[in-house]
Amino acid sequence: MLSRGVHSLMADRHLEPVTADLRARWGAFAWTKENAAQAKVVIARYPAGRQRSAVMPLLDLAQRQVGAETDTQGWLPIPVMEFIARELDMPVIRVVEVASFYMMYNLVPVGKFHVQVCGTTPCMLRGSDDIMAACKARGMEIGHVSGDGLWTLNEVECMGNCASAPMVQINDDNFEDLTADRLGAVLDALAAGKAPKAGTQEPGRHTVEPLGGPTTLKQMVKANHDYRGDW
Amino acid sequence: MSLHDKDRIFTNLYGYQPWNLKAAQKRGDWDNTKALLARGRDAIVEEIKASGLRGRGGAGFPTGLKWSFIPKEPNPERPSFLVINADESEPGSCKDREIIRHDPHKLIEGALVAGFAMGARAAYIYIRGEYIREAETLFSAVQEAYVAGLIGKNACKSGYDFDVFVHRGAGAYICGEETAMIESLEGKKGQPRLKPPFPAGAGLYGCPTTVNNVESIAVAPTILRRGAGWFSSFGRDGNKGTKLFQISGHVDKPCVVEEEMSIPFHELIEKHCGGIRGGRDNLLAVIPGGSSVPLVPADQIWDAPMDFDGLKAVGSGLGTAAVIVMDKSTDIVRAIARLSYFYKHESCGQCTPCREGTGWMWRVMERLRTGDADVSEIDMLQQVTKQVEGHTICALGDAAAWPIQGLIKHFRPEIERRIAENVREAAE
Repeated sequence: MLSRGVHSLMADRHLEPVTADLRARWGAFAWTKENAAQAKVVIARYPAGRQRSAVMPLLDLAQRQVGAETDTQGWLPIPVMEFIARELDMPVIRVVEVASFYMMYNLVPVGKFHVQVCGTTPCMLRGSDDIMAACKARGMEIGHVSGDGLWTLNEVECMGNCASAPMVQINDDNFEDLTADRLGAVLDALAAGKAPKAGTQEPGRHTVEPLGGPTTLKQMVKANHDYRGDW
Repeated sequence: MSLHDKDRIFTNLYGYQPWNLKAAQKRGDWDNTKALLARGRDAIVEEIKASGLRGRGGAGFPTGLKWSFIPKEPNPERPSFLVINADESEPGSCKDREIIRHDPHKLIEGALVAGFAMGARAAYIYIRGEYIREAETLFSAVQEAYVAGLIGKNACKSGYDFDVFVHRGAGAYICGEETAMIESLEGKKGQPRLKPPFPAGAGLYGCPTTVNNVESIAVAPTILRRGAGWFSSFGRDGNKGTKLFQISGHVDKPCVVEEEMSIPFHELIEKHCGGIRGGRDNLLAVIPGGSSVPLVPADQIWDAPMDFDGLKAVGSGLGTAAVIVMDKSTDIVRAIARLSYFYKHESCGQCTPCREGTGWMWRVMERLRTGDADVSEIDMLQQVTKQVEGHTICALGDAAAWPIQGLIKHFRPEIERRIAENVREAAE
């Protein structure tokens, strides 16, 4: 399992080189009207003079804007990082340092759907090998954008969905309690432009209660029960 | 031993009902919070101390005691901050996610109560970046609380001003370490700071800061309402209260469930998880507290009380109460090697023993997995884990070392068998 090809180790990550084309495409990057307003809201969360604290949320916002403009999950070209540095009055290298430290910032272009398969032990015990194999069987390659521009595959570390493992995160949604077939149905739906139901794919399961129904707090299933009367 | 539903704190744990303010208030959240605050800072801290609550993020430090470390008289130049650790990234852990997406108002009310008790000016809730939908819920819940006047200026009409901000991470396990989290909040790489100074003296922006886990904060309002005596009526001495357990791996029905501390392992599994897959005899080993704690073989875990001291007694720990169950179909060396890969991936690179050691340990673990090693390398690996452990700024080095030490302690014959077979195969 660990004979990965390109995998997203911190040390293996690289920045997309700044070519004349890249600069021509992204050099004039600026917030959309909506994101400019959102950036102000974000910066206001931190004390005056501490605006640098906003670098992570603004990188996320910028990645999403690039995503919207390219019909992908989005990524962070260097000129966009330079824009963030100007917005927050901080050196570009400090922005690049943050962008390259945290794994959720894409440093190179990705597909429309970023399929992130959790491979850490709790998911592995529940069959994440099959999930990864199913992705590869559809032609996805770790760290690459598929020919049709739809998919980028990666193996990621524990996503905190261990009681509904195995799981994948695709852009903003988690798909849990997967089998190869269930994942196939999700990917087919996404490819067809539909929005498959996120969360557990186990029929009859609501969230992380034991399959078959909760062993505790059963009154909550049907009504918003107030237990204080029994205190 | 059996916890009744009326004594469960997280009644909307499974999200059958809405998370919103109105629904949460019907369940008892934000019920006359003003009166809780009117008891005064010292009384709140004393009540939490008396309840026996120990931090739910893994280390188990007494929560009330931690709150008392913050300077009593805040300096206007250096206000105090509460940082709430919602970076839940320890493999196996998936409890804070349920609190945030299904009962966020317990957390926000807890933030106010705790922040008030320590005289903090604001709380920052640092939520892991991958909890995208969960963060959306949390942002909305905080907004609801502002609109209702529960937080912000004159919070709950108490006369106290208190802000709650949400800050999203972006995919770095190390930010769950409190000083790395503070660095990250300041807009830097999440690399842990040397201590001292401790955050209580100089934390976020150099100001006094307390970092608490989501669950520790979210249980506080209920403890204050029901009293320290109620909370401490559950669990053994030194291990009080109720606790969210997260059971993953080879049980029939993995789940998250709130139970009494000190519940025996077998009772937890049989009552809520439908038992071990294939029956008790099929159990191989359990990692009882998230990936960082050593595994415990089947015969030693079965009757163990699931609490801090009970799991320490079997050479492991409660950690976050993330219970990873492995049956006899498990490739146990691979299961631990995959954790070694995790720590290699998540090392921040600041300290040499960790940066170099996690990669080295993973590579040797991979060879032990296939048996492509010499028997003497088992002891060499053990020695290297001891050279990493305790020699780094933060506990990630320790966390990388302990699972391997647990494997060697309990499964050395299995490792030796693989090496012997590999040698035989090569000879044939």
